[in-house]
Amino acid sequence: MKVIVSAAEKQFINSAIASGKRLDGRDTYDYRKVRITYGTERGCCEVQVGETRVLAQTSCEVVKPSGARPSEGMLHINLELSPMASPTFEPGRMSSFGVELNRLLERSVRESKAVDTESLCIVVGVKVWQVRVDLHALNFDGNLLDCSSIAAIASLHHFRRPEVTVSGEQVTIHSLEDREPVALSIHHMPICVTFAFFQEGKYLLVDPSDREESVMDGTMVVCMNIHRELCTVQMTGSMLLLKDQLSRCCQIAIVKVSEITEVIKSALANDAQARKEGRKHGFAESKVSSRITTGHMEEQTIPIKKEVDGSGSEDEMEDEEEEEEANGEEKNQNGSDVKIDSPGVGTIGEGLRNTWGVPTEDSDDNGQDTIMEEKATTEADDKRGGNKSCQKNL
Amino acid sequence: MAASMTNADVVLPGDVLTDRLKEITNKKVRLGPGLRWQSKDVVACKCGVLKSREDHAFWIDNHQRRYIPAKGESIIGVVSLKAGDIFRVNIGSNLPAALPYLSFEGATKRNRPNVQIGDLVYAKLLVANRDMEPELVCIDGSGQSNGLGVLSREGFMFKCSLHLCRKILSPDCSLLRVLGKKIPLEVTVGMNGRIWLRCRSVNDTICAMNAILAAEYTPEQNLKSMVYKIFGGVAAV
Repeated sequence: MKVIVSAAEKQFINSAIASGKRLDGRDTYDYRKVRITYGTERGCCEVQVGETRVLAQTSCEVVKPSGARPSEGMLHINLELSPMASPTFEPGRMSSFGVELNRLLERSVRESKAVDTESLCIVVGVKVWQVRVDLHALNFDGNLLDCSSIAAIASLHHFRRPEVTVSGEQVTIHSLEDREPVALSIHHMPICVTFAFFQEGKYLLVDPSDREESVMDGTMVVCMNIHRELCTVQMTGSMLLLKDQLSRCCQIAIVKVSEITEVIKSALANDAQARKEGRKHGFAESKVSSRITTGHMEEQTIPIKKEVDGSGSEDEMEDEEEEEEANGEEKNQNGSDVKIDSPGVGTIGEGLRNTWGVPTEDSDDNGQDTIMEEKATTEADDKRGGNKSCQKNL
Repeated sequence: MAASMTNADVVLPGDVLTDRLKEITNKKVRLGPGLRWQSKDVVACKCGVLKSREDHAFWIDNHQRRYIPAKGESIIGVVSLKAGDIFRVNIGSNLPAALPYLSFEGATKRNRPNVQIGDLVYAKLLVANRDMEPELVCIDGSGQSNGLGVLSREGFMFKCSLHLCRKILSPDCSLLRVLGKKIPLEVTVGMNGRIWLRCRSVNDTICAMNAILAAEYTPEQNLKSMVYKIFGGVAAV
């Protein structure tokens, strides 16, 4: 089912983007709030990017390896789009949108060799582990790809497979009670960052929402890890981009990926801590109990950049509904503990100039913002905005 | 209106409410949304709060975004298809609604109204039955448009919960009055959870949209301060 977007919405969203504003008060490069919640089961997690939610579950089983790669285990990723997420998703056959997302997830996680498949081998040519990541879209509010890629990698990191001992021909798979299960060996964390382009590539937005996706001309997906290694780049839609735009997107992706990686790492650390101390953990614990949540509304910031009654303040304000929620969630607007090594500088080989041909910080503040017609904020702004929108649910 | 909410007012689908209704009144009752007459019993088919009115009307109030068409309600729809002598309009219900081109003010067989695909229409539901295609009109009984018709493309339409639409249309709610004092705006509220808005600038529109959405959980006495906070002015005008 295709939903027709009214001309009024199209026109308004385009003119809002042209004047550098977004409907939810974010800045051009702001990411929505990322939340990662782990379940009690190993390899189970729910990721929320704004209102978009994805549930991930990793599982494994012993299978016969493929003939071409007898010494490698298998990794499958499957994203399910049920009508629960959005009325536009139809049950049954996968839509072209679903196929595209699945393919991109495979490219970003499996083909970037994030998971060491050789370590999943038990007996060459006979028995290997098959690891499966099942992703379910619970709610769709745009940017499903980023949310699913975070969920997939966060779930893989959390997952533990049973310990196996091989003695001669004898293969023993130990139960979870028998021996401590082992974590998968994961080389890096590939994370997708989606950029939406408007008006033939003239304007760019990070992390498009549902409304923005419905009027955009095309997207560019940059999948990267924290070591600044590109895993996948994909462009779709009807627009032509300049070389500068590509490198600029990569730069933004570096910042976003390092922030999201920190969020995943701290969520993992918190979960590990809770398990170690024997505290209660899981989805039930992450929800506020004995509270009616139907009246809950996501907090949002609305930048006021207009002079009203002569009080020309350019500050940001919070909406009223925060007072209502008051569920102990800290608003660490500035005090987020996500740290980024100064963006634009390579994280490997510290102290050396990067060879990526991207301008470093000092040159950034002067000449960088004339690259495109879009509202160019400096990297420093970018970092601040990113920090703010990136919050953890502990 | 029902008195303050108690636990007893909360009902779940399948609850038999015949006895509870008998306690409240022994007159003939009218069943509203969420209540069904099933084998000589009144049964709830939604979860929510049971509410009643002086004239023995009962209904279940809940948080809902999915629109169920009801005869006579004014809604905002998106024209999605021109098919022969009708327009198909998406109104957010299970079926698209039909809007005959003759049911516009001044339209004749020769003089067709200028409606394009993607236009927003403010229309009234003429037919709204279960399992039947709803039918819309943009005129009243005397052939006058009376405010109904195509909405300007210059505004912006956003979706909200059905409850919020009812709330801001209620005479007790001061939101639109307060907003109107602050900025000049044009607003159309459809009962299907869609609000069309036009302000002077993009910034005003975004602020007004956020003010309206924030009003859902803001008590009446805080509305004014909320609006003033969003528009960054002092509380006295």
